[in-house]
Amino acid sequence: MKARWMMTVLGVAMAGMLAVGCGGEKKEEKKPEAANATAAAPAAKKVVLGVAGAQSGDLASYGLPSLNAAKLVAKEINAKGGINGAQVEVMPMDDQCKPELATNAATKLVSEKVTIVLGHICSGATKAALPIYKDAKVIVMSPSATSTELTQSGNYPNFFRTISYDLIQGKAAAEFAVNELKVKKVAVIHDKGDYGKGFAESAKKALEDGKVAKVALFEGITPGGVDYSAIVQKIKASGADCVLYGGYHPEASKIVTQMHKKGLKIAFVSDDGVKDDTFIKTAGADAEGVYATGPQILADNEVYKKALADHEKEFGSKPGAFFPQAYAASQALLNAVAKAGSTDYDKVVAALQKEYVETPVGKIKFDAKGDAEGVSFSVYQVKSGKYELVK
Amino acid sequence: MRPVPWFCKGKAVRDPPRGRQDGFMEYFLQLFFGGLSRGSVYALIALGYTMVYGIIELINFAHGEIYMIGAFMGLIVAGVLTAMGWPTLSILVIALIIAVLYSAAYGYTVEKIAYKPLRGAPRLSPLISAIGMSILLQNYIMLAQTPDFLPFPRLIPDLEFMEPYANFLATSDLFIIVTSIAVMVALTLFIKFTRMGKAMRATAQNRKMAMLVGVNVDQVISATFIIGSALAAVGGVLIASHIGQINFVIGFLAGIKAFTAAVLGGIGSIPGAVLGGLVLGWTESFAAGYVSSDYEDVFAFLLLVLILIFRPAGLLGKQRAQKV
Repeated sequence: MKARWMMTVLGVAMAGMLAVGCGGEKKEEKKPEAANATAAAPAAKKVVLGVAGAQSGDLASYGLPSLNAAKLVAKEINAKGGINGAQVEVMPMDDQCKPELATNAATKLVSEKVTIVLGHICSGATKAALPIYKDAKVIVMSPSATSTELTQSGNYPNFFRTISYDLIQGKAAAEFAVNELKVKKVAVIHDKGDYGKGFAESAKKALEDGKVAKVALFEGITPGGVDYSAIVQKIKASGADCVLYGGYHPEASKIVTQMHKKGLKIAFVSDDGVKDDTFIKTAGADAEGVYATGPQILADNEVYKKALADHEKEFGSKPGAFFPQAYAASQALLNAVAKAGSTDYDKVVAALQKEYVETPVGKIKFDAKGDAEGVSFSVYQVKSGKYELVK
Repeated sequence: MRPVPWFCKGKAVRDPPRGRQDGFMEYFLQLFFGGLSRGSVYALIALGYTMVYGIIELINFAHGEIYMIGAFMGLIVAGVLTAMGWPTLSILVIALIIAVLYSAAYGYTVEKIAYKPLRGAPRLSPLISAIGMSILLQNYIMLAQTPDFLPFPRLIPDLEFMEPYANFLATSDLFIIVTSIAVMVALTLFIKFTRMGKAMRATAQNRKMAMLVGVNVDQVISATFIIGSALAAVGGVLIASHIGQINFVIGFLAGIKAFTAAVLGGIGSIPGAVLGGLVLGWTESFAAGYVSSDYEDVFAFLLLVLILIFRPAGLLGKQRAQKV
């Protein structure tokens, strides 16, 4: 009995040593670069920026652009000698936009002693991960999690974002439909997820408050289905002249395609989960004319132009969804660390709320709840295979 | 790039005026045909599931992944042939043939790697192995191909005479229904009347006894997997072409529904798979249409529970006394 106990202890100790051994090796690999760049700085000094989000899985197209943005910002800062002499290191962590993987990613980042995190990407995953960061006093900034309650509930003082939230987005979509498209009866459909339902509920509320258009239908669909003809027939039977859809692009493209197949050609207005080039690729010709709200991009913004050019140079392609927001978030986080002079939680939070940063989404700082001041939504429409700004 | 969608061709006249309410009967028929097309998708995948189960009593969880691999192969072939400018129908046929061959090879290999070494093991072991294979293949395709959604070309041409009925049933729906039923009939005949079918039935009844009377059981099981995988590939290409998009998880989601359909109809029974698929499709469609699509899964699985309470072997399954 005793022998077995000893063996267990020995085994655990060996496993531990193995882990330590691996960690040590990794550091040694990185050291030469850091030493070259800042010869005078103490070797251990570095700022680790965790980047959590969907980096694989079916929603990877939402998360990978953020990782690229973080890498670009880190590279730029490092080229200028780092933050107060400390090099910035990007630590990617994949959550596939799944809440259960997001908590794993958060635990892992916390255990790696990361103090600032860019992420997560999807609202559901962010919501699941936030309590872990909150307890560990880690500052989290999402480029894309738009669920209203994340900031407005006041539950997560450690959470910030560089995108506006669903309440505003849903309202923007509803107001666009009523004021610009002049619709009278709206079918509000969502995918039952945190994000889609949040969008749909705020759109519904805005429609009801506006009293101009009626909500003809309010329903959730099951994501990943093979066929959405039942809901399409229901929309048709409801006599709606517009569909407001809250959710992501795979379902949106199936619904739009089936609407057209069934001869239902009414306006389709959706959210920034659909404002993704993958939607246009999968829906093909059926994507034409679809409206989607998306974060406002200032086309003549100098920082954005530079970020775009850097991305082309570094990765040889155009950036994807949420790239400007992620770029802005990386800048804001690292700038706050620089201004605070340390990664101390209270000091960084104070810096985030006080210091303005020039970013691709404009000159921003954060309000007491964690939302960026001055960012909002625009409406885009698919025209000859591309999203173009409508309003 | 893509041709004008067929519904744009001289169809404007048929568009119902905005806000017009469809009649009760028309609405019912729309839901009925919607359920029929959805159900036949489930049925087409369920056929492969149920066939493998019928012969070796293994729930082949990797079946959904073989279906997905078939769809990917179809997409690759279709991409190449479209670039070469072949006509749609011939692309469909060639894509189907290559996808079938490729998936059959996959099915054969999966069986040899993951199931054959566990032939004598307790029943749970091959089941776990199947789940492992499913996860492995999914992630392999994700890494080897892409995690993104890919558009799948509409390979099923739209027939002229179907146009007036498009509101109820598109050509691709009809294609899938007809294929499901044709496959069901062909499989039933194959198992009833061919030498291999006889060997399969013998293996299903008693593997040891079949071996004793000279049936090459390994060969029979290989053949079962090859046929099952070929069916999955047919389903993959047709369904992907119907839905218009694929990615590496479609097999998992479709597989769960198809598995449910197979259990509903009586797992192991070939007509049962088709019936189960249709019943499941109709339940979902009517639940979504008359109650709320929020509850379509609730109703579908409630029905499954009810059927299993009153007919534990499924709708068309053989009710067998369990040996204790």
